[in-house]
Amino acid sequence: AALTDRLRSQVSAALKEGRVAPTELCQRCLALIKSTKFLNAYITVAEETALKQAEESEERYKRGQPLGILDGIPIAVKDNFNTAGIETTCASNMLKGYISPYNATVVQKLLDQGAVLLGKTNLDEFAMGSGSTDGVFGPVRNPWSYSKQYKEKCVPKSHSEDEDSDWVITGGSSGGSAAAVSSFTCFAALGSDTGGSTRNPAAHCGVVGLKPTYGLISRHGLIPLVNSMDVPGILTRCVDDAAVLLGSLAGHDPKDSTTIQDDFKPFELPNLTDISKLSIGIPKEYNAPGLSSEILALWSKAANLFKNAGAKVVEVSLPHTRYSIVCYHVLCTAEVASNMARFDGLEYGHRSDTKDSTESMYAATRREGFNDVVRGRILSGNYFLLKQNYEKYFVKAQKVRRLIANDFVKVFRSGVDILLTPTTLSDAAPYTEFIQEDNRTRSAQDDILTQAANMAGLPAINIPTALSERGLPVGLQFIGRSFQEKQLLTVAKWFEKQVQFPVIQLEEVKRHDSGVFQHQKSASFS
Amino acid sequence: LAPWVPVVGLEIHAQISSNSKLFSGSQVQFAAPPNSLVSFFDASLPGTLPVLNRRCVEAAVMTGLALNCSINKKSLFDRKHYFYADLPAGYQITQQRVPIAVNGSLSYSLCIDNKMSQMVTKTVRIKQIQLEQDSGKSLHDDARSQTLVDLNRAGVGLMEVVMEPDLCCGEEAAAAVRELQLILQTLGSSQAVMAEGQLRVDANVSVHHPGEPYGVRTEVKNINSIRFLAKAVDYEIQRQIEELENGGTVLNETRAFDSKLGCTIPMRDKEGKQDYRFMPEPNLPPLILYDSKSLPANMNHQQVINIDWIHERLPDLPSVKREKLVEQYGILPEHSFTLLNEDGLAEFFESVVKQTQMKPKKVIGWILKDLLSYLKQHSLTVKESPVSSFLLADLLNLLEKKEISSTAAKQVLVELWKGEGKTPLEIVKEQKLELLQDQKELEQICQTVIDGQENEVIMMVLG
Repeated sequence: AALTDRLRSQVSAALKEGRVAPTELCQRCLALIKSTKFLNAYITVAEETALKQAEESEERYKRGQPLGILDGIPIAVKDNFNTAGIETTCASNMLKGYISPYNATVVQKLLDQGAVLLGKTNLDEFAMGSGSTDGVFGPVRNPWSYSKQYKEKCVPKSHSEDEDSDWVITGGSSGGSAAAVSSFTCFAALGSDTGGSTRNPAAHCGVVGLKPTYGLISRHGLIPLVNSMDVPGILTRCVDDAAVLLGSLAGHDPKDSTTIQDDFKPFELPNLTDISKLSIGIPKEYNAPGLSSEILALWSKAANLFKNAGAKVVEVSLPHTRYSIVCYHVLCTAEVASNMARFDGLEYGHRSDTKDSTESMYAATRREGFNDVVRGRILSGNYFLLKQNYEKYFVKAQKVRRLIANDFVKVFRSGVDILLTPTTLSDAAPYTEFIQEDNRTRSAQDDILTQAANMAGLPAINIPTALSERGLPVGLQFIGRSFQEKQLLTVAKWFEKQVQFPVIQLEEVKRHDSGVFQHQKSASFS
Repeated sequence: LAPWVPVVGLEIHAQISSNSKLFSGSQVQFAAPPNSLVSFFDASLPGTLPVLNRRCVEAAVMTGLALNCSINKKSLFDRKHYFYADLPAGYQITQQRVPIAVNGSLSYSLCIDNKMSQMVTKTVRIKQIQLEQDSGKSLHDDARSQTLVDLNRAGVGLMEVVMEPDLCCGEEAAAAVRELQLILQTLGSSQAVMAEGQLRVDANVSVHHPGEPYGVRTEVKNINSIRFLAKAVDYEIQRQIEELENGGTVLNETRAFDSKLGCTIPMRDKEGKQDYRFMPEPNLPPLILYDSKSLPANMNHQQVINIDWIHERLPDLPSVKREKLVEQYGILPEHSFTLLNEDGLAEFFESVVKQTQMKPKKVIGWILKDLLSYLKQHSLTVKESPVSSFLLADLLNLLEKKEISSTAAKQVLVELWKGEGKTPLEIVKEQKLELLQDQKELEQICQTVIDGQENEVIMMVLG
């Protein structure tokens, strides 16, 4: 088995058939994590516990009693999910050294199914950002920066310059998880998605990024950014694997009152051959200002792909799209101001040394513990929640949110099954360029294509589609109806098969993986 | 001098009597070791979410129904933000927009001029009842410049009962709260013991001249008993009147009642008026309640609350109990008040009545005068009474059968209080308190007395 393998179709089978042992798989992943340390994808590597979990998995396989497809599979988890006994930092000074006493429900589910937790991945502080550049442990580097594909296309600025300075960002805020999957250090990773935080880095890192329907997967233990929009996100190498993860995580959680009560039945994805009954919607407002001509062309090409294969492709309108940025800004900052109120240094986390008074301790703790981005959002949010502002900002934004959600309802009611849109405005920017603009500006720009799905609670997925002229991944997004993940993933899988996105060629992975050369050419394994 | 009209509005927080807290599974228990009843959610650990406790909702519905409220079939939860050491999340989950019950009323009785025989019934309107979280406790240790925080109470369910400002003085406030306390205890929705912090009352007080708009109001907190409530309210009314008559103004402030000094003092400044930045609680969907009409056919019973079902099972409220006592036993209304006012006294009375031939109208005297005054003197509750209903009934039977005089009965009672385990009959025999019915025996005794006191008799005969 190779580290570049797909989860369900390859490595899981290899484990079951004894062609590779869980401990070996785990060790190889850990070794690769070490050699790709420069990516800064991981904040904490839980080497000891991972190996222990791998050993236990091995025992189960020996007895012929594996817990399921995920038994022995190395996975990574974004560092805003609570993991008992393993540091959870949210990439913030506020939670540096914080060891949670409980597992998030999704983490517990993975562990209960025998998954091996390799470590916690890097992110923007408290998931606020679209670059994974604003955490206290430094920025995450996009593995594609070191790919043969990118290096070939990249024109070095000057020979004397540090080779390193051309690296591109992963996107965010789940950049660490996306980079981990992209660089083959794990077979799947958990991210979170509030305004695009799973789909955005998935697009930039060339991996599948699934945002499930709000209420399908438990948020218990996910440190919240915006409670009414957050969902745990799934990052994998292919759509089939995303379906596996979804199946193991979805379902009602009594600990999360916002999960639906309906039974969830895990599904396997059929291989679509006939898409003539499918109706694909192309929302014209997603030809947003700043959309690169490259991506526009790719989007068009994809639409034609569906048309030529017999599907009905129609232009649709989501007229309130352009209001989503300000709407999101108001609602997000308001919830942030509220959610961050608990970080006062009293019960857990960072506490300032100031001893003058409780108030001064709170103020100093929060100033020291939060970065500018977090503090900025708290201030904005509190402003919008002031009694005199509540109606005209918060309530107004809620109403606009309803309009945005209704846009989708109308379109889906008119017979459209799935919407096809770009995921990002362009391919990944170089880090030096990205940090020229501040976090708020960047987030506002980058989230435009992904936010609305969070506002409406709809499922959406990024599928890596092609490489840009710079040799970097570009993805396209599919948005589906509420709780219709099966349909969404089925269509996405069909599309994935058509485009045959190339495998990243990384030197480090070649060294660690014996079988990678054989898989180099083809990306189709099903 | 123009007359003053005092206006008093009460906000009452009643701790819900439940096994676990409003949004988490940790236990509810008074006086447990500090921070021993704190779940991850109570400590506001990041990533934890609230899960609504069914029993707390039922308690609120019961209370709302008992107070003649409309129960809102859909109510909402909100976050009320402020920073304080005893509020771990930096916000309290409450019901600010749409509470669970609205527009009710509470009837209570007052004695006119302190005469129990003249009781008048009054009503105070209930504006709303809302579910909310209790805060933890913080103790300020000024000596060591530190604050100690105990989160045992953080997250315990509260029902906040908001009354319209229909009350006018301390006596009314005390009577209204007393009645509410009895109702809550009868329902079992709250044990409502003020000393244990299960019932907390804040009073909003203002004064104005008739015909003029309401005056500026102050909020009085830190009232630890019903007696102090009356004192605090009356003091504050007086204070405001004096202030205004001397040309001063009343500040819209929060004042604490100092029970030792018997006055209200301004509380530590909390940075002026707070903007609580209310926001909907995003982790709790709207609370939907059903009645028999609206209940869907195939609903999981575990997941729904049927208001009608609760209504059918409400116990007799104090007012109904009193009426029944008066009707059944022929006692006076004011007697029924006293009976219900003391925990266990009504049951004691009924128990005695069952076990004796003496008419209830006569029994009540023994209960309210003799028994009760003794208990009060020795600060005992009915449950702690050394004289059981059985013993008292036994004694009253002796009296009823004319085997002893009422004077003798009182003497026997004094003996019984000692709780030495003797029966009334044994005491009567010991102290030779039997009533003599035999004429001849009586004459003989009289003769013996007269014989023994010759001089006194001669003095008497001579005048």
